[in-house]
Amino acid sequence: MASILRFRKLCYVEPVKCSSLGFESFETPKIEKKDEGIGPSIENVLQKQEKKKSKRQPKEWRCVDYCCWTIGYVCTTWWLLLFLYHCLPVTLTGFQVPEPPGARLKREGLTALHPVVLVPGIVTGGLELWEGRPCADGLFRKRLWGGSFTEIFKRPLCWLEHLSLHNETGLDPPGIRVRAVPGLVAADYFAPGYFVWAVLIENLARIGYEGKNLHMAAYDWRLSFQNTEIRDQALSRLKSKIELMFETNGYKKVVVVPHSMGVIYFLHFLKWVESPPPMGGGGGPGWCAKHIKAVMNIGPAFLGVPKTVSNIFSAESKDVAFVRAMAPGVLDSEMLGLQTLEHVMRVSRTWDSIISLMPKGGETIWGNMDWSPEEGYDCDLARKRYMKPSLNDKKSNNSDGKRGFHIEDYVKYGRIISFGKAASQLPSSQLPTLGLKEFSSTSTSSSSNSPCGEVWTEYDEMSRDSIQKVPENKAYTARTLVDLLHFVAPKMMRRAEAHFSHGIAENLDDPKYAHYKYWSNPLETKLPDAPDMEIYCLCGVGIPTERSYVYKPSPSDRCKSIPFRIDSSADGSDNGCLKGGVYFVDGDESVPVLSAGFMCAKGWRGRTRFNPSGIATYVREYQHKPPASLLEGRGIESGAHVDIMGNVALIEDVLRVAAGATGAEIGGDTIYSDIIRMSERINLQL
Amino acid sequence: MLRRRNGTEIETSTNTESQIQKENGKGGIEVERKGKEKAKVVKKKKKGSCVDSCCWFIGCICSIWWFLIFIFNAMPASFPQYVTEAITGPLPDPPGVKLRKEGLTVNHPVVFVPGIVTGGLELWEGHQCAEGLFRKRLWGGTFGDVYKRPLCWVEHMSLDNETGLDPPGIRVRPVSGLVAADYFAPGYFVWAVLIANLARIGYEEKTMYMAAYDWRISFQNTEVRDQTLSRIKSNIELMVATNGGKKVVVIPHSMGVLYFLHFMKWVEAPAPMGGGGGPDWCAKHIKAVMNIGGPFLGVPKVVSGLFSVEARDIAVARAFAPGVLDKDVFGLQTLQHVMRMTRTWDSTMSMIPKGGDTIWGGIDWSPEEGYDCSAKKSRNNDTQTTSQNGKGGLGFKKSVNYGRIISFGKDVAEIHSSKIERMDFRGAFRGNNLANTTCHDVWTEYNDMGVGGVKAVADYKVYTSGSILDLLHFVAPKMMMRGDAHFSYGIADNLDDPKYEHYKYWSNPLETKLPNAPDMEIYSMYGVGVPTERAYVYKLTPAAECYIPFQIDTSAEGGSEGTCLKGGVFSVDGDETVPVLSAGFMCAKGWRGKTRFNPSGIPTYIREYNHAPPANLLEGRGTQSGAHVDIMGNFALIDDIIRVAAGATGEDLGGDRVYSDIYKWSEKIHLQL
Repeated sequence: MASILRFRKLCYVEPVKCSSLGFESFETPKIEKKDEGIGPSIENVLQKQEKKKSKRQPKEWRCVDYCCWTIGYVCTTWWLLLFLYHCLPVTLTGFQVPEPPGARLKREGLTALHPVVLVPGIVTGGLELWEGRPCADGLFRKRLWGGSFTEIFKRPLCWLEHLSLHNETGLDPPGIRVRAVPGLVAADYFAPGYFVWAVLIENLARIGYEGKNLHMAAYDWRLSFQNTEIRDQALSRLKSKIELMFETNGYKKVVVVPHSMGVIYFLHFLKWVESPPPMGGGGGPGWCAKHIKAVMNIGPAFLGVPKTVSNIFSAESKDVAFVRAMAPGVLDSEMLGLQTLEHVMRVSRTWDSIISLMPKGGETIWGNMDWSPEEGYDCDLARKRYMKPSLNDKKSNNSDGKRGFHIEDYVKYGRIISFGKAASQLPSSQLPTLGLKEFSSTSTSSSSNSPCGEVWTEYDEMSRDSIQKVPENKAYTARTLVDLLHFVAPKMMRRAEAHFSHGIAENLDDPKYAHYKYWSNPLETKLPDAPDMEIYCLCGVGIPTERSYVYKPSPSDRCKSIPFRIDSSADGSDNGCLKGGVYFVDGDESVPVLSAGFMCAKGWRGRTRFNPSGIATYVREYQHKPPASLLEGRGIESGAHVDIMGNVALIEDVLRVAAGATGAEIGGDTIYSDIIRMSERINLQL
Repeated sequence: MLRRRNGTEIETSTNTESQIQKENGKGGIEVERKGKEKAKVVKKKKKGSCVDSCCWFIGCICSIWWFLIFIFNAMPASFPQYVTEAITGPLPDPPGVKLRKEGLTVNHPVVFVPGIVTGGLELWEGHQCAEGLFRKRLWGGTFGDVYKRPLCWVEHMSLDNETGLDPPGIRVRPVSGLVAADYFAPGYFVWAVLIANLARIGYEEKTMYMAAYDWRISFQNTEVRDQTLSRIKSNIELMVATNGGKKVVVIPHSMGVLYFLHFMKWVEAPAPMGGGGGPDWCAKHIKAVMNIGGPFLGVPKVVSGLFSVEARDIAVARAFAPGVLDKDVFGLQTLQHVMRMTRTWDSTMSMIPKGGDTIWGGIDWSPEEGYDCSAKKSRNNDTQTTSQNGKGGLGFKKSVNYGRIISFGKDVAEIHSSKIERMDFRGAFRGNNLANTTCHDVWTEYNDMGVGGVKAVADYKVYTSGSILDLLHFVAPKMMMRGDAHFSYGIADNLDDPKYEHYKYWSNPLETKLPNAPDMEIYSMYGVGVPTERAYVYKLTPAAECYIPFQIDTSAEGGSEGTCLKGGVFSVDGDETVPVLSAGFMCAKGWRGKTRFNPSGIPTYIREYNHAPPANLLEGRGTQSGAHVDIMGNFALIDDIIRVAAGATGEDLGGDRVYSDIYKWSEKIHLQL
């Protein structure tokens, strides 16, 4: 395609150039008139040329012809190559494809046993239009999200309008209905060629899975979890689907495989389904025990993702999942006039679900000004491992010893947002402390409302003075962040308060925890009473993952801009955790190990107050190895947040469990990261 | 992209201009250089002028093509509509828009039951040759693989010859969701128009459900293999529960009608064989069943399909790819391959004409007799209609013997029964085919049959719908053995006989009672005014060796202008596939009022839609079509469906709407009610 496009361009360019040549009879006299006396010699040359040509070519082989000739030539070659490519037998193209795990396990005798439910995460699910404004004419039941995203280019503003939700209710704006694509197609491929679930589905199919025992629980990932039930009855559908699959597959319990945000969505479901009807699904207290064999969480964002904070704060989440990988330029380029980021912020702030991914558990989990569970993490080591996967244990022992020496320059991950690099490193005693409540009172009427008419971000409603106060506090931890967001995005947080909670429960038997807003927070809910169920945390490790940010105020003070930016000039020299204004930690590129592993490693391990029935938990980590060659595509041993869905080891684990194995049979925990040590540092009453 | 390209164009053009104007010296030199280049080209041209001009030609065409595509893409989306309106006058609003203005909104959930052929099938597990087709559509979509690897395709589409289920190592499964049958092929809508219109009054995924099933296998086997019936049950229950207890409106099309009939019996039958929903499940969950083009009593076309694979279009295969079946894609034996494949599909047997001679007529009698084909055909030009009606009355005696569904020779089809010499084939020796070895790679049951058997079949001369069953048993014993386990084609004497609890009777309206649901409504909606195949004139194939020994005698043409016989086929009123009799009889008479087939007195309504071909090419397949599949885009039909889905009853719609002679014909059928 690319070459064709290039030649189309040629086709436009060439005739113009040629016109000076091809139609000499018209062009040259003009030039002569204009430039007489400047270059008679050149004129002579020209005329000679002309004469020569007219002698040689009685029939003019003109420039247009020449163009056509080139295009034709290229096209023919292209087609020929294409034809040859298609003629090649499948086995010849490229290298020997490694045998997929499904085929190997099938030979071992594994067959489909337990029905499988896939729960996609944020961003990866397709959305299609059911009712729209006139500008979206002809897009009925076409994908707005997922697929080829052509509409972004064709009608960007229209597209944004349709993807936004209502600012107050968090539901559909009037006259617009955008719904989740149902079925396996919802999230098998995000964009053409970019698999999400497709590899896993294919391998499941090899051991005998098909439509009747494989279900994709697609939901509208923009909505808050309870709203998917209110608007689409998505939770009821999931319940009915699981019950049906349980019954039609010989009363075999289902294995649920959620990914990313799907993990907390399914946590919400687990509580919802056993709660009494008006708010819950009325399945009764034994529902989970009866219907679910195992929950295999892939890349779980149990305790939230720091990346979300930067996204909400300044729309700079470089990739919430992989928008960036898809279209690196889209967010940064200035397609929508000058305000791409502002538009993105306006749209994404209407998506309640993003708030579910905010760090949960406050300072107890994420660390405070001076302390964080990950402290002492050596980024260089991780980076080395990241570059050289074959690094052996000897070296890591060495550096373990080394690590003892520079305790002093621990990264202060607890400060999730700090203003200025210095603020992120100074001991807390040297930082000015400013009560956030002070400026929450000063934020009132916006002075610059009228000039910023068109684009609405909540920053426009804040007065510049109060914006100035935000950086004065220098550093924010997971707890003060919530206050900060309340301050900069009051409307969004008001909606969010009704649907999500980010704290830690003191007493889980408090009747207030029967409200649905606590259901998606693992620190404020009990797991269901299902001792035979198993919970897996399958997560990738070995990739630097965003953990905290260094911010700076935006230089320009004009009204239509987001007043804060990540300070991408802040680069750390000490142990390399700081790069481009972002402190990194071990994880799967999106979710830090802490968030993914803590619940399985400690919070739910054994019989705790969060896990009263003692559901077995397993931590399975997959060390990231970048693809060995280009031909491998996104790699079969990747640990990245989405690419892990193609990880052979992970697929094998899922298949074995689906075919009946227990966690102990597949080998219990496999841990590469420091998650156990990190968890131990967290003082959480269990 | 486009904008960028334009930018470069302008830039470069200004560049060149400025080059010429400002840096005249340089520009001149460049010109000179170009000139030299050109000279080179000219020299080359002498060497390979043919190749060059070829390339030139291709380049020209490509450029023009791209230019046109570019213009087409740049065209505003409303442009085609604007042109159409300029030519034909303003288009009527689509029914969804119109009814939304009237204030109709989403009310009852809707269930679609697609028919045969129109549902997509995708591959879940296949042999080596189908590599790379995992979860790609084998049926529906572009059919690219029919051309690429035909034998592989046939192999994967076939079912096991004995069990009627998957062959070992192959799993082909129905596509699920609305995409299963919204479009059959790109641009060829099936349900899409209806879905779009329902969406306009507020329907969406949660209130619409496509009950996609594997249309190749017998109805009970969809439950055995895929638990499809259980899924439909569970989904209907879910939709009723999540939509505030509103009952569903079911819209089956074509074979889906029979499938849903089967479902209604299945769901109330007790657990091992049925769904265990209890005796009032239908009453609780279903508001109305709106059958579109329902072949309640079967389709004569299926007979010819099974007999000689000459069902020119079971539904839409023909419209889609008219040449495929006739061409020699698979070497020389396309038809045999198709026959081998379709004969493994149990579901086709569900549409063999049911009710025998009582319904479809005997040798000398048929319910449609006296039907005047010319009147229907020329209905559009009103001036002729009256005069020809008069003629039709005069030629009454020469009425067609539709009862003879298959006759060998045109004369046999027309002469009086007493003059036909028939030899019974039933006891005849089927014989062994000597040519068995030469035809080894293609399996049709005809290969097992000797010349004697073929001759015996031809000697019987005339087959009515009763004896057709015997004929099929004779020529295709294996297929019919499977078929007998799943379908039945008779008329029940006593519906309370416990044998009718078996599932093989459930899809035959003449051998089952409707459920006990007096509030339910049954609609029969079908097109009329299109000639529909009803009976066939056959002949022996001259080269009998490796070939299907019978074929339709396409040379048999009716003499006069107003004939019903064309190309060996007698046609009658219908929707191109289903004759009016089959679609309308049950609702017009069999179930009307309280009968033994309808003990609870479920109200029935007949809604006929007279076929009007599209006025011009721009209309595509028309908004007033009555053809079997195109009727799904008929505005009047969509209007009716939306009204019912929004809460109207049959009375609100205006009760029956009949254009054909269905009442007259029903009267002639003597069926104990």
